Amino acid sequence: MKLSENWLREWVNPPATAAELAHKLNMAGLECEAEPMLDVLPKGIVVGKIISTTPHPQADRLRVCEVDAGTGEVLQIVCGAANARPGILVPAALPGAVLPNGTEIGKAALRGVESSGMLCSASELGLAEKSEGLLELDPKAVPGTPIEKHLGLVDQLLVLELTPNRGDCLSIAGLARETAALYGLQMTPPRIRPAVVEPETRVNVIVDDHGGCPHYVGRVVIGLNPKARTPDWMSERLRRCGIRTIHPVVDITNYVMLELGQPMHGFDADQLKGAIRVRRAKAGEQLKLLNEQTITLDPRDLLITDDTGPLVLAGVMGGTASGCSAQTTSVFLEAACFEPVSIATSGRRHKLLSDSRYRFERGVDPALQRQALERATALVQQICGGRAGPIVEVGIAPAHVAEITLRHSQITRLLGCEIPVNRVVPLLHSLGLAVNPTGASSWKAKVPPHRYDLRIEADLVEEIGRLHGYDNIAPRAYAAELAPFSPKETQRPLDRIKDALVARGYQEVVTYSFVDPKLQAQLDPETPGVLLDNPIAETMAVMRTTIWSGLIPTWQYNRQRQQKRARLFEAGAVYALEGNGNREQAKLAGLIAGPQLPEQWGAATRPVDFFDAKADLEALFGTTLSYESGQHPALHPGRTARILRDGVAVGWLGALHPRLAEAFDISEALYLFELDWAAVRSLALPAPGGVSEFPSSRRDLAFVVDEAVAAQALVEVIREAAAPLLKTLQTFDVYRGAGLPAGRKSIAFGLIFQDYSRTLNVEEVDAVAAQVAASVQARLGGSVRE
Amino acid sequence: MNAISTPNLDELLLQAQSDIAAAAEPRAIEALRVDLLGKKGRVTDLLKSLGGMPHEQRKAFGEQVNKVKEQLSVQLETRARAIADAELERRLASETIDVTLPGRGDTAGALHPMSRTIRRIEQIFNAMGFESVQGPEIEDDWHNFQALNIPESHPARAMQDTFYALNGARLLRTHTSPVQVRTMLDRKPPIRIICPGRVYRVDFDRTHSPMFHQVEGLYVAENVGLADLKHDLQKFLSLFFEREVEALFRPSYFPFVEPGADVHIRWGDPEKGTRWLEVLGCGVIHPNVLAAVGIDPERYTGYAFGMGVERLAMLRYGVDDLRLFFNNDLRFLEQFK
Repeated sequence: MKLSENWLREWVNPPATAAELAHKLNMAGLECEAEPMLDVLPKGIVVGKIISTTPHPQADRLRVCEVDAGTGEVLQIVCGAANARPGILVPAALPGAVLPNGTEIGKAALRGVESSGMLCSASELGLAEKSEGLLELDPKAVPGTPIEKHLGLVDQLLVLELTPNRGDCLSIAGLARETAALYGLQMTPPRIRPAVVEPETRVNVIVDDHGGCPHYVGRVVIGLNPKARTPDWMSERLRRCGIRTIHPVVDITNYVMLELGQPMHGFDADQLKGAIRVRRAKAGEQLKLLNEQTITLDPRDLLITDDTGPLVLAGVMGGTASGCSAQTTSVFLEAACFEPVSIATSGRRHKLLSDSRYRFERGVDPALQRQALERATALVQQICGGRAGPIVEVGIAPAHVAEITLRHSQITRLLGCEIPVNRVVPLLHSLGLAVNPTGASSWKAKVPPHRYDLRIEADLVEEIGRLHGYDNIAPRAYAAELAPFSPKETQRPLDRIKDALVARGYQEVVTYSFVDPKLQAQLDPETPGVLLDNPIAETMAVMRTTIWSGLIPTWQYNRQRQQKRARLFEAGAVYALEGNGNREQAKLAGLIAGPQLPEQWGAATRPVDFFDAKADLEALFGTTLSYESGQHPALHPGRTARILRDGVAVGWLGALHPRLAEAFDISEALYLFELDWAAVRSLALPAPGGVSEFPSSRRDLAFVVDEAVAAQALVEVIREAAAPLLKTLQTFDVYRGAGLPAGRKSIAFGLIFQDYSRTLNVEEVDAVAAQVAASVQARLGGSVRE
Repeated sequence: MNAISTPNLDELLLQAQSDIAAAAEPRAIEALRVDLLGKKGRVTDLLKSLGGMPHEQRKAFGEQVNKVKEQLSVQLETRARAIADAELERRLASETIDVTLPGRGDTAGALHPMSRTIRRIEQIFNAMGFESVQGPEIEDDWHNFQALNIPESHPARAMQDTFYALNGARLLRTHTSPVQVRTMLDRKPPIRIICPGRVYRVDFDRTHSPMFHQVEGLYVAENVGLADLKHDLQKFLSLFFEREVEALFRPSYFPFVEPGADVHIRWGDPEKGTRWLEVLGCGVIHPNVLAAVGIDPERYTGYAFGMGVERLAMLRYGVDDLRLFFNNDLRFLEQFK
């Protein structure tokens, strides 16, 4: 919201520049910036009256105007504007004038006709982005008056971004109240006198929904001059606040809204049929709005209606049918208080923004309506003439909106600093609160209606802190004792795992939690995903059930940008439907693709394979995880491991299924892993035994087995048969080919034996080796390869 | 008595010296040593022959032979060392490598700037006694809004701002505050936690991402007030940016705090002009929030704060486009090594 500094200063005039005032307001919680209304003021432009116009002899679109610019002589100015006509007053740039855009005006001949200056539009004065025709001024303006004086152009704008609780400051009156409190000044608002009530013309008002509309006042003003014109001083103030001049009655209601904070509505009284009724909409009712849009109303929408049906979407936007027009001669002025939630939801439902909605959804002073109506009446009579009818009022304006107990101890506690007891009451008084002591250091404060945001003790504490100044609250260092928390040693810190992955060449990525449902259906067709009700895009519509849904597109994105290889990982949640709700699990996932090593001189390059990825997992999780052949829809059926922890499945590792690789247009080797973080993070505390002082003995054994026999099966049989002397078992070779029957392979193991208390002799080591060979033969059909 | 005369000894010495000089490898030296000084070596033999000599002659000749033995021994030794040295020189020369060639194998990756920044924030707050706590990202209305005193009509609850799922029964948390709610429900004061994590809002342009990261913090105990908050956040900001940061606490409004504030820091080059940048929202926890989680607001007070991780990372690393954090372009990410 923008407000004119000059206007504010009519109400309260603090001894501060606009910039200083803006800073003061900022520090009191009202975000505010001061900016000049015009960067450059026009120079040498005065009010001019067009006395006569004649067509230009050489150009159809130009006119030669005789202008009285208060110089004592009649000036001849050539003008191309369509609205140039005798009798109107316009800005006239005399020779030597400089427009805000830097153009200098001199005497010139326009197609052979002498022109002593230029008549200006609003945009040429810098008052509009674009405008049509000359800026027409008040008929009573005095020719020769400098335009900056006539329009009061020496002004600054206060640009406010207010938090939603401070709807009370969305007006000159509200800002003036706050400014007066901050500077300890008295306000000098314009006097508002009740109108003299003349004709007994009235419109009846019935409020069906008192919750939605707790207070409604209205009155008819008849006998308006339909030719009345909004005066320059008013349209300038409206313009500075970003509101266009439309119709005197509309302009006046807007002006009162800016001045006092009460959104109003002016109906053409002759268009109203029967009583005004404030009610909720009936199903199917429609309303054509001022923005030309026709909406179908919802039964929760609050309406202003008459016998013909809906007139206004209450507090949000008026309808076309009942609005004021150039023919309007009598008006019904409305000032009402609407319940914020109803207005907010209606506005949101119909996607309608308006100054009225903006104020009502933040709250409007529930006692302001009568004052606003009288102010608007006075302005209507001043500008359009007319006779005011009696005020029709439904509901009551409360004198106070809350009564709050305030304890000094609570101020000290919440702010963490001492505010002297005798400062409290003056601070509250400055905000318009009525305060009564209830003890030596406690009070009861009555909150005036315009501060409907103050409801509880903490609200008052904030007001006191704000006026005292947050800057004046001294930081208090570590008042409490330290309460260190114990790091859990039996849980791997995720950070350490991340660091290990990074050290092994992995780049961490962070991908969106919502992914493309089509892609995810290919990777993880069986897990039901959580679909968003209101996704931002079709490709971001389902919550990921696997991090692969983010990693694969990330790799695609990068390979399209000439990246040849990647090691990516991401740690984060995955989400799935479960019962009537959802479940969420932390996962750690990785993707490796392309060559195993970056291109280099010292190592042969080969594509990544399963065992590269597996080595990474083994490095991270040691022997806590085991691997068995498994099947996953996204993975190559022959190159997939189900990862187990103590026999429970905790993840997957494998090659991207060739069918998917083709679908994703990925031609290089690509392996994926994903682990259930909660299941793999737990860690036993180390419980080391002693170290044997006696030498170990080694036996190498190669077993020829069927292809179908997994290495892990051999390891298990060997470990069992060789216990307890076997200390280490290494798999050092896998061989297929010459010398072996088809369908058989040889796997070679190094068995290292050691005893804690003595040196093993050859015979017993040989005996254990023989026992191992026999077990492998018996259980896996494996023979020792000589 | 067939004695070797002195001239013969000289001859032997000369011959031996020339042989030693000619020896080119350790084996030749060893052969000469055996031939000359070995058990059956020629010089050894001479010494053995001394026994048959007359006393006078024995003494003089003996001294001469011993001198020769000494000389040869030293020369053999010297020559052997020279040969070994030359050999080592040759080997070293042949083993020389170009140390400027790159190392073999893979290089390290990097943490994502979000992780890196969150870790930094955590390190600072952990040291100040705050424990990091995690919680669900798919939340319900109560934990995300109601318990935080966010009224039904609050614009944040609209579909335009919040992602909903399961026909509105669930939502993607719009801040990490629900973790604070859950923690306060679970524990008894004093509670001092931070909650880092992903949050979601329906907003997508150059300066907004529908998913972003927050770290929120909470401290509930007896007598925690705005003064403590000011100190702790001021401290944090200075530690985070590794310089004395000038911070401004300005009254502001969030439904879950009262009094509320936002924190601005002075940013920019003092030479070229500075400006105030908003980096944090904070305040003293609203009594309705404490009451909603079963903490007696008459006994306990607390403060809460929240910061956008992207915002802090952009300031710290001079990144001006938020989208870079989520494109995951390796050429961007690898600069955080």
